Amino acid sequence: MNAENAQQNLKEHVTAVIGGQLFGLPILRVQDVFHPERLTRVPLAPPEIAGVLNLRGRIVTLIDMRRCLGLDRCEDDAPVMAIGVESGGESYGLLIDSVGEVLQLDDGAREPNPVNLDPRLARVSVGIHRLDGQLLMMVDVDRVLDIGGKAIAA
Amino acid sequence: MDDLLREFVTETNESLDVVDVELVRFEQEPNNAKILDNVFRLVHTIKGTCGFIGLPRLEALAHAAETLMGKFRDGQPATSEAVTLILATIDRIKAILDALERDHQEPAGEDDDLIADLERMVERIVAPAAQQTAGTLAPQTLERPLRPGEDSLDDLERAFRETEVEVPVKPATAASADAGPQDDDSAKAAAQSIRVTVDTLEHLMTMVSELVLTRNQLLEIVRRHEDSEFKTPLQRLSNVTAELQEGVMKTRMQPIGNAWQKLPRIVRDLSNELGKQIDLEMQGADTELDRQVLDLIKDPLTHMVRNSADHGLETPAERRATGKPDRGRIRLSAYHEGGHIIIQIADDGRGLNTDRIKATAIAHGLATEAEIEKLSEAQIQKFIFVPGFSTAASITSVSGRGVGMDVVRNNIDQIGGAIDVKSVAGAGLNFTIKIPLTLAIVAALIVESGGERFAIPQLSVVELVRTRAGSEHRIEKIKDTTVLRLRDKLLPVAHLGRLLGAGTSGEVENGFVVVTQVGSQTFGIVVDGVFHTEEIVVKPLSSKLRHIAMFSGNTILGDGSVIMIIDPNGIAQAFGSTVTSQMVSDEEAGTTHAAEDEQTTSLLVFRAGSSEPKAVPLALITRLEEIDARKIELSNGRHMVQYRGHLMPLISLSDKVRVKDEGAQPLLVFSDGSRSMALVVDEIVDIVEDRLDIEVAGGNSGVLGSAVIKGQATEIIDVGHFLPLAFEDWFRRKEQPARGRPRSVLLIDDSPFFRNMLVPVLQAAGYDVTAVASAQEALALLKDGRAVDVAITDIEMPEMDGFAFAEAVRGDPRTANLPVIALSSVVSAEAVERGRRAGFYDYVAKFDRQGLIAALKEQADVGRAA
Repeated sequence: MNAENAQQNLKEHVTAVIGGQLFGLPILRVQDVFHPERLTRVPLAPPEIAGVLNLRGRIVTLIDMRRCLGLDRCEDDAPVMAIGVESGGESYGLLIDSVGEVLQLDDGAREPNPVNLDPRLARVSVGIHRLDGQLLMMVDVDRVLDIGGKAIAA
Repeated sequence: MDDLLREFVTETNESLDVVDVELVRFEQEPNNAKILDNVFRLVHTIKGTCGFIGLPRLEALAHAAETLMGKFRDGQPATSEAVTLILATIDRIKAILDALERDHQEPAGEDDDLIADLERMVERIVAPAAQQTAGTLAPQTLERPLRPGEDSLDDLERAFRETEVEVPVKPATAASADAGPQDDDSAKAAAQSIRVTVDTLEHLMTMVSELVLTRNQLLEIVRRHEDSEFKTPLQRLSNVTAELQEGVMKTRMQPIGNAWQKLPRIVRDLSNELGKQIDLEMQGADTELDRQVLDLIKDPLTHMVRNSADHGLETPAERRATGKPDRGRIRLSAYHEGGHIIIQIADDGRGLNTDRIKATAIAHGLATEAEIEKLSEAQIQKFIFVPGFSTAASITSVSGRGVGMDVVRNNIDQIGGAIDVKSVAGAGLNFTIKIPLTLAIVAALIVESGGERFAIPQLSVVELVRTRAGSEHRIEKIKDTTVLRLRDKLLPVAHLGRLLGAGTSGEVENGFVVVTQVGSQTFGIVVDGVFHTEEIVVKPLSSKLRHIAMFSGNTILGDGSVIMIIDPNGIAQAFGSTVTSQMVSDEEAGTTHAAEDEQTTSLLVFRAGSSEPKAVPLALITRLEEIDARKIELSNGRHMVQYRGHLMPLISLSDKVRVKDEGAQPLLVFSDGSRSMALVVDEIVDIVEDRLDIEVAGGNSGVLGSAVIKGQATEIIDVGHFLPLAFEDWFRRKEQPARGRPRSVLLIDDSPFFRNMLVPVLQAAGYDVTAVASAQEALALLKDGRAVDVAITDIEMPEMDGFAFAEAVRGDPRTANLPVIALSSVVSAEAVERGRRAGFYDYVAKFDRQGLIAALKEQADVGRAA
């Protein structure tokens, strides 16, 4: 791959660790990263929704990424960070364990999901990047947020 | 987009809206020089600005229009044709502006056609005289002739002088006379207003909310330090913050006239297009409401006015034939009424064509012919709100584009409003819309349940009751159903935590009951704690949570935390299902849904004497008691018990029911005034909510008949039969012995059950009751000259409903003064309002025995005083 081509396809991604797995989100979708405080639980809400909170006057709906991705819940190691994203004019926060560095990744180098990937992960993943020493799963934010519809249908 | 350009587009669009309105006014009052001046100035400003920014197409158009208007100003008559041409030019300008806003440049295209038309019109108006340009009107001497779009110095000078005055944003309120002083007002108001984007206001609002939260935190800190030097300045900060909050809130309010602004133009164009003469009257244009609400009703209002002009009003010829003035009238009015704004749209046209609605409803499969025949006129008219319904026989360019009244109702429903229609054939149509002033702020009660806080809108809260085991207000269980004894009623209650899916361990004895009313349904929500009421700013729920019927929104509290707002409607629905859930099998789930719209009755199911269940309407029962069997005494061969300082007789339902010797004896207590009696039963089974359909009439005395309740044949007990067994004079006793002749009551209800139930109740209260099964029968009786003091009628009846009955009674001079009380299972504010207009004296819920007696008494008192 020549230098010019690489320049075109390189995009910045925010990385996050959820349940030991490294995930990546396109930086253009990320509004902010914050510590969730004063979370209000919402009764009868879909299980993926951890609750709502007030972030500088806006009401933010928090998505429990561990639940969403079917990862183990470890109570003592509860998520401490949230990545703020926006969708359809509404604010959401994705609860993660910790936020990592910003990486420049080439879309072309992304590999398709392995066929045996857990369906809950496969639903939100658009592909896998092989990094040094670990694998990074690229997450499609809109697919993560596509939980309300299913909850109503259920 | 370039800031300058953006500002120009917004400003010009607003100016053009004003020009629209003003031109229509000018056409009606060609001698009002003030209006013309105003229009001229606006168009001139547009032309000037276009030239400045460099928009040649717009400039040329504005110039041509201005030239024509200049002729009007010179005293030439303003013909309708000329005004139409100018309006068309303005539409073209608007179209170019739209494109400009989208593409940031003037669209390609030619306007020679319009400009040529305009110029021809100028020539025609000025007659054969030499063609002149606007510039030559000025008294100054020009060095060379002006090119189109150029201005003379005089005009420029004037433009400079006049642009200092902001364009009045306030719309002209009425298309009719007395506009003079208003013009002055709006000019003054305009001079003091500036343009701010909505985003800026929203941001300001958010920041103020933040400020309020921070202030609250500070106050909390200072409260902990008694002698803090911060106390005084903080108090001051607190006051300023409150004022600031109020001020920012006010910026959200706008006069409803903003939504009406485009209507005069629309009506004018319509009247030309349809060949009808239409007057549009507007009242209360300065009534203020929330911007958000305003946006949502704008389109429905426009649509309804179009409908009135297109379908409602007749052509002048048709109007003359029916003896009406040639000019049709559409009247819009708005006013405040108790936290709501009422908007009425009335026309004096032909009204709704009920026959055509019937035919269309049948053709669209909305109802069968048989069903339609049973409906009243008013009910048939309601079909216009059903999706996909349009009666316009031919699709005109005006309406009938598939957007019907269903869309209108939908929009109004969305903002928690209500719409009602009243039509009189040949005399006109009247729509009444009731909408909340604002969706943004509501008073709410903050409660706690399961460690979480929730807000319950104050509007539906009737009262708060504190319950404690052993106190007068205590929560009791009938099998799995919890009820509260509240005065002489049994109120179904449920724990909020349980409704919200949390399995609270049933510790419901100590707590607070929020007595809530939704429509005719009253119920109690048990919460762990009640904090205070607070004006909360309602924020819409995230789309991921919107499906939860229990919540209507969420809000940020003073301490910065987010809490959910309870939707009483959702709770009411859940109530129906939790009350009956244990008994509804899966296959029945489908059928109960279908029966949802039909009236259901709360019934107490019990066993007495046999294993078959028996039932009695819960509303008739005053209390359920369980007393120690040892306290039952025998006196004069009858079982008695000491109850609240009186001796209360116990009556067995039949010989087979044995009064227990030991243990707890369940009793159903019935009270009337100071007297009580109790029915002895073996076991109280449940409270169910079901449709009451007595299928087999009872053979035994004391049994009204049998009905299927939750899939089981159940005997419905005739309480009226047992009351005299306790006190022989139960029914003969006069509540007010002073009265001579017992007042006669005419009771109209198609259900034999209710007739049977109410007759004893009314007799007990000392009335002479005549019960009939239909409104026709009642009217026949009245026509025969039957002396009746007051009529009580059911609302939902086949053939002729209660509303129609009341109107018929009012319509007959012999019975016009007969008070009519409505009895209905549906007691919504809307229904009550409708009842009031139909001429009902009062409106009482079907099972509200006390309410009915009170209404009768009140009516009698009024009658005596009169």
